[in-house]
Amino acid sequence: MDRLTGTTAGRAPDRSWPRSLTRVPYWVFQDEAVYRAEQDRIFHGPHWSYLCLEAELAEPGDFCATFIGEQPVLVTRDVDGEVYAFENRCAHRGALIAMADHGKARDFTCVYHAWTYNLQGDLTAVAFAEGVGGKGGMPPSFCLSDHGPRKLRIAVVHGLVFGTLSNDLPDIEEYLGEEILDRIDRVLGGRKPVVLGRFAQRLPNNWKLYAENVRDSYHASILHLFFTTFGINRLSQRGAIIVDESGGHHVSYSAIDRSATETTEYRDQNIRSESEYRLADPSLLQGFSEVGDDVTLQILSVYPGFVLQQIQNSVAVRQILPRGTDDTLLNWTYLGFESDTEEQRLVRMKQSNLVGPAGYVSMEDGGIGGFVQRGIAGASDEYATLQMGGDTAESSESRVTEASVRGFWLAYRQSMGFVPDDDAPLPEIGKHERTRVVRA
Amino acid sequence: MDNQVAIARAQAHYARCIDDGPLEDWPTFFTEDCHYRVTTADNYARGLPAGLIWADTRGMLTDRVSALKEANIYEPHVYRHMLGQPAILTESGGDVESETPFFVLRVTGGGPTDLFASGRYVDRYRVEGDQALLRERVVVCDSKEIDTLLALPL
Repeated sequence: MDRLTGTTAGRAPDRSWPRSLTRVPYWVFQDEAVYRAEQDRIFHGPHWSYLCLEAELAEPGDFCATFIGEQPVLVTRDVDGEVYAFENRCAHRGALIAMADHGKARDFTCVYHAWTYNLQGDLTAVAFAEGVGGKGGMPPSFCLSDHGPRKLRIAVVHGLVFGTLSNDLPDIEEYLGEEILDRIDRVLGGRKPVVLGRFAQRLPNNWKLYAENVRDSYHASILHLFFTTFGINRLSQRGAIIVDESGGHHVSYSAIDRSATETTEYRDQNIRSESEYRLADPSLLQGFSEVGDDVTLQILSVYPGFVLQQIQNSVAVRQILPRGTDDTLLNWTYLGFESDTEEQRLVRMKQSNLVGPAGYVSMEDGGIGGFVQRGIAGASDEYATLQMGGDTAESSESRVTEASVRGFWLAYRQSMGFVPDDDAPLPEIGKHERTRVVRA
Repeated sequence: MDNQVAIARAQAHYARCIDDGPLEDWPTFFTEDCHYRVTTADNYARGLPAGLIWADTRGMLTDRVSALKEANIYEPHVYRHMLGQPAILTESGGDVESETPFFVLRVTGGGPTDLFASGRYVDRYRVEGDQALLRERVVVCDSKEIDTLLALPL
């Protein structure tokens, strides 16, 4: 029986949102009701969520425990060679069906009462179903096929496994669109990825602050000294931002500009990106052309919570999982490819120092979300302002823009059912009189 | 000097160097062509080679320290390493393999003392006289989750 019935979107919290994409209310990072509604409307709703890599399910029986939002999910490869996914929750009393992160299984038996599921998530056996000695047992009307975890709809894109609990959305090609698909293809197409390591980072902030950060090309070369000092990513480099039609997915890329002359734009800003800092062992930055083009950095996001990264030769996928209004789990999977030479593999190891929880670049992204979460405490009636590069969510050659961050919010308010409101109240930011009390 | 004593002495100074400084001396606990990696028990058991920090020269360790001092932005914090006794696994002349359990407490800003990491050092030492230098240190963290970020080395 097809248990994929889709989900009914929960009611959107009673909130109004300014029509302009340049304003983001801070309550969206704080409100518990908004957080609950996101689980229904976004993660259980009509969106494709990244689940795992097909490379993690190399052989029949391999399984991977993952999440769609907060919901635990099992992804499996059955003996028929196909990939399946279903909720990691026993249909009997709701216990986890599998507890390990990864493994190999012929079937799954819930430890609580030994209800057994096959690799496709069908309930195949119930312990003591006939009772003992003719007494007890399940009622005659009980039918195994009526009970089982909900199954997910699955799509595999260049080895990335996506799933959804909803039937009410287009197939993955249409969901991603041609430009995003092309850019996934650029990194993963025609190559067999190999997992080099898995790490997880617990972020003390709302998941959307990380989703914004990933789409924010404006901060990248200001916060991250490493990028600019070694010319890995400068806003003055050749590159572009792609924002898809929904706004939710994006690509930011930059390339070696062989004809470029040194500009003084960074120096003129007098920001901390210009420094005399140099590496004692510069082998960290000696790479190779990843796929035969000049693009040295490509950050790609898929709404709501997926990131594919190529930073020089550091290739990784990131999965953003909400855990509370101010708690996010960020899963990193570092990749190489079967075709890598030993030298190329060594380059990937060295450049993995740029990313992840200890990355010269990424450690700062781990901290900055918490700074915002703490900074906006007590400011739930106020708004962030996103005016860099205009007020639209369109692709552009300039990366000095917040277009893809605005795009995220365009997709977000659409999926949450927040109605843009010209009359959304904006608080007056008044000046306060100073009072000094002095003793007479 | 007994290898166990030499290693225990080196580890005590190693921990003190990270916790109380000067951090610039941290690379001097390693040989020039060392290997240093911070990974998780899961990656280690599966033989997955990547690290949270990955270095194959002492220069890369020097860069880690200078990046933390000069380039990276993170909230100031301090560690307190608590090390167990090194278990000597193999000894072949001055080449010694050992494992040492640890946990590391972290205080960030004005916050509380948090248990930040636990795990074991999987080490290969070169012992000459009373000096023990790390040829290889794989820091195997028990948990796969890192709270916020890992800046200072373990």
